[in-house]
Amino acid sequence: MPSHRVTIKDHTAEANLFARRAVIGLLGVFIMIGMVISNLYYLQVTRFEDYQTRSNGNRIKILPVAPNRGLIYDRNGVLLAQNKPVFSLQVIPEESKDLDQTLKGLQTLLSIDNEDIEDFHKDRKRIRRFKPVTLLNRLNQEQVAIFSASQHKYPGVSVEARLGRHYPYKGALTHVLGYVAKIDKKDLQKLTEAGFEANYAATYDIGKRGIEKYHEELLHGKVGYQEVEVNNQGRIIRVLNFSPPTPGQDIVLNLDVELQLEAEKQFAGQKGTVVAMDPKDGGILALYSSPSYDPNLFVHGISSKNYKKLLINSRPLFNRATQGQYPPASTVKPLLALVGLEEGVITPESRLYDNGKYKLKNVKRIWRDHNLWGHGWVDVTKSIEVSCDIFFYDMAYKLGIDKISEGMYKFGFGDYTGIDLHEEADGFMPSRGSVRAQYNRAWYHGDTINLGIGQSYWTVTPVQQVQALGTLINKGKRIIPQVIRGKMLDKQIIEEPIKERRPLEIKNEHNWDVILDAMYGTVNRKGSARKAFTGAHYISAGKTGTAQLVTIAQDEKYDASKLSKENHDNAMYVGYAPYDNPQITITIVLENAGHGGAQAAPIARKIMDNFFKDQTFPEHQVIQSLGPDGSPIYTKEEDE
Amino acid sequence: MLRTKLEPNNRSFFNKIHCDGPLLMGLVVLMVVGLFTIYSAGGQDINLIQRQLIRLAVALGVMIVVAQIPTITYQKVSIYFYIVGIAMLIAVLVVGVSSKGAQRWLDLGITRFQPSEIMKLAVPMMVAWYVSRFNLPPKLIHILAGFGLVAVPTLLIAKQPDLGTSLLIASSGVFALFLAGMSWKLISFIAVAASGFTPIMWYFLMQDYQKQRVLTFLNPESDPLGSGYHIIQSQIAIGSGGTQGKGWLQGTQSQLEFLPERHTDFIFAVFSEEFGLWGVAGLLAIYAFIVIRGMLISIRAQDAFSKILGGSITLTFFVYVFVNMGMVSGILPVVGVPLPLVSYGGTSMVTLLAGFGILMAISTQKRIMSRV
Repeated sequence: MPSHRVTIKDHTAEANLFARRAVIGLLGVFIMIGMVISNLYYLQVTRFEDYQTRSNGNRIKILPVAPNRGLIYDRNGVLLAQNKPVFSLQVIPEESKDLDQTLKGLQTLLSIDNEDIEDFHKDRKRIRRFKPVTLLNRLNQEQVAIFSASQHKYPGVSVEARLGRHYPYKGALTHVLGYVAKIDKKDLQKLTEAGFEANYAATYDIGKRGIEKYHEELLHGKVGYQEVEVNNQGRIIRVLNFSPPTPGQDIVLNLDVELQLEAEKQFAGQKGTVVAMDPKDGGILALYSSPSYDPNLFVHGISSKNYKKLLINSRPLFNRATQGQYPPASTVKPLLALVGLEEGVITPESRLYDNGKYKLKNVKRIWRDHNLWGHGWVDVTKSIEVSCDIFFYDMAYKLGIDKISEGMYKFGFGDYTGIDLHEEADGFMPSRGSVRAQYNRAWYHGDTINLGIGQSYWTVTPVQQVQALGTLINKGKRIIPQVIRGKMLDKQIIEEPIKERRPLEIKNEHNWDVILDAMYGTVNRKGSARKAFTGAHYISAGKTGTAQLVTIAQDEKYDASKLSKENHDNAMYVGYAPYDNPQITITIVLENAGHGGAQAAPIARKIMDNFFKDQTFPEHQVIQSLGPDGSPIYTKEEDE
Repeated sequence: MLRTKLEPNNRSFFNKIHCDGPLLMGLVVLMVVGLFTIYSAGGQDINLIQRQLIRLAVALGVMIVVAQIPTITYQKVSIYFYIVGIAMLIAVLVVGVSSKGAQRWLDLGITRFQPSEIMKLAVPMMVAWYVSRFNLPPKLIHILAGFGLVAVPTLLIAKQPDLGTSLLIASSGVFALFLAGMSWKLISFIAVAASGFTPIMWYFLMQDYQKQRVLTFLNPESDPLGSGYHIIQSQIAIGSGGTQGKGWLQGTQSQLEFLPERHTDFIFAVFSEEFGLWGVAGLLAIYAFIVIRGMLISIRAQDAFSKILGGSITLTFFVYVFVNMGMVSGILPVVGVPLPLVSYGGTSMVTLLAGFGILMAISTQKRIMSRV
């Protein structure tokens, strides 16, 4: 039958054909199912661990948590450095719809300076994408409130709160306490080299100066970690695990903030410094350098305008107490006298007639006493009391440079004291070798003679002076000055051990008493500091000094009015009290102020008065007033 | 009397409303799986579930309605259906509404309408009607004419551009021709020709974004935060599910929103993450059950038109499943194809169930037909 005429289809054949094709189609379906299953087997079984890790990597983030910095107290428990909440305005530029519009809006809302906007744009270039950039560093409460009310209008902008350092006493403690500031590139490099990078992962500030820097390791604490689950926006959904940070150690200093405030008041911006130390344990009771500045300026990033203000001639950034290198002048006479006694070039009884001039045989030059007509017959005690120069010219000449340098090295001059502050200078103790090395110059007899009154190249730092005085009081025991008293643990102070150097040993112990008695006389007999301590309720001892800063030609008299202020003499004083059981040793330098007895000693008196204000002492003779010839009139202190 | 003898009583209700029980059961199980997965992927948003339920109800309604129409009617209207569809596709290119760079919609005032949806059914209907007019297997000339019928709408949709849909529509037509008995010689020839056509498509027909999708597919790690992000996150989700899965509502990739398009196109990744390889095997078993049931209905159908149409609808349905799973698991490039009956939303749901309505019509009317 012709196929093209077929009207009735061959249903069976068609059905079989379709059935075959349908089965092939189903076969295709099963092949596809096989492909899906084998691909999923590969993903879910073969590479399961890999994808599980990546999935966890997506959702789990380890966030470092900064420890709270240890607090700093003074010896009486007064808080000197605290942590206060600081609010900063952070912007994630990529999350802001229109950055310029956002910045403009914020600028009017919070009255932000153009300078801050410029800084923001600079910072932006250095910070990774999708990381917050700081726009405003310190928001006040009002700004926080204003912003919070309209936060929804500024996507990608938020207020971050953290704890920031605050120094309530501002400039009174700057040079000893130092300050913290934002970790910079250099700090980061040092931390990385020391292997402390991880510990600082969440930390914002680091100690930059003073105690904050020196005891950084104690104060910082240990970083903590938070294991959090985040969503695709990086927002924390929940905390999976938290190992809290270990807060920094609270520390107690030897400082007495009241003495610091007294010092601030006494200096009143004049250039100078005071260092006070407890001779028993080397604890620094006061350390003030004037002029000072507010350390809080640095904590939140000092503006260049404010920073320029600190770069003036009086150099407020400079720590005069530890870095100031001054000619010691007459303040070192007691120490030199001890060396003289020890070496036998003088005895407690040996006398010399001071007519105001000192000459060497065959040398034209004349060395003069500060007192034009001299002091007449003087022994070592009187020479210290009235600060006779001629006696010390003679003694220095007899001792010679080598014995002087050797003796003074033993007191720690020309070397770092080891105080717990990084900002320290070592001064300059002249010797034949050191002067040759430093100044490329030979040493002459004349230099030795000048050395007798603490001049000619010799420079000391005030903290060296206070340490040397401590050695004298302790009769050779050398204690290293220390600002930190101890760690605070559960309201108990765990005291740091006293650090000592090898003691200074002398042949004749009696010599200590001769010198200390002379220093007693300086204050309590007809000495150069008697006026300053008239009426004190404690007995003190000390030595004045007046350091020349320019060489006065011989036969010419020092006339302050002819010199510019920067060349006026430095007024100095070293002293301690009470005489029989010293609790405080003190060094005062008042730059370009004139006479030590007249200018520096009164400051020491004020600070000691403050220090002893709550103490009473057994009856003793005090100078009640001075007679018409300047001789002291003693009276018994009456009980009231 | 005769009917009660032929049909068991318990099937009388489904038979009355022209529903195939096993097929309906398979579809409903899939929908339930979909609802649970959407609930998890959508952040446990009950509103999402309500909206999906409404959509499912509407689609099931459409399916029931479609199932009531005798297959002979479909046979008769195929050609008009096809012509209207072509007209609408041309209208889309002229006066269509654009969205996201593609012109796919006709604005009907009340709602917007995507004519390519009509073609998903019109093309297999037209091809089935055309080839079933002749003896099977069809002659070469009829096969070529059939290809012509497929090519016109395919090219029109590709021009919108909507490459994914155009390829799926093309495959539905090709499946019809294959089931009609197209010779293996021709199939091999077309396979060779198609591979030759690929570079032409790449250089002349594909848009930049389409090329980018293919490149991303070939190497997603080349741009992990950009175009590769979707597929990488999707693979992490699937892979981290392991054999057991992380548990319902416990998938971190989806719950923490690392996975894009979680409740729509990428819902398979959520399912794989939470239910693991065993869950996927189960899901594929449900799909396989539906496909086998569909093919069985087609094989048992009385006339060639119904056989070819039913088979084509069933195979095309599985191609949707395969393309979606393939793109989500990284063995196919990303084209916007939802996972049938599981993904949230989409007008395609209605078309899909209308297709199953036709299958049910074929299934339940065959005996009525045979008596005529």
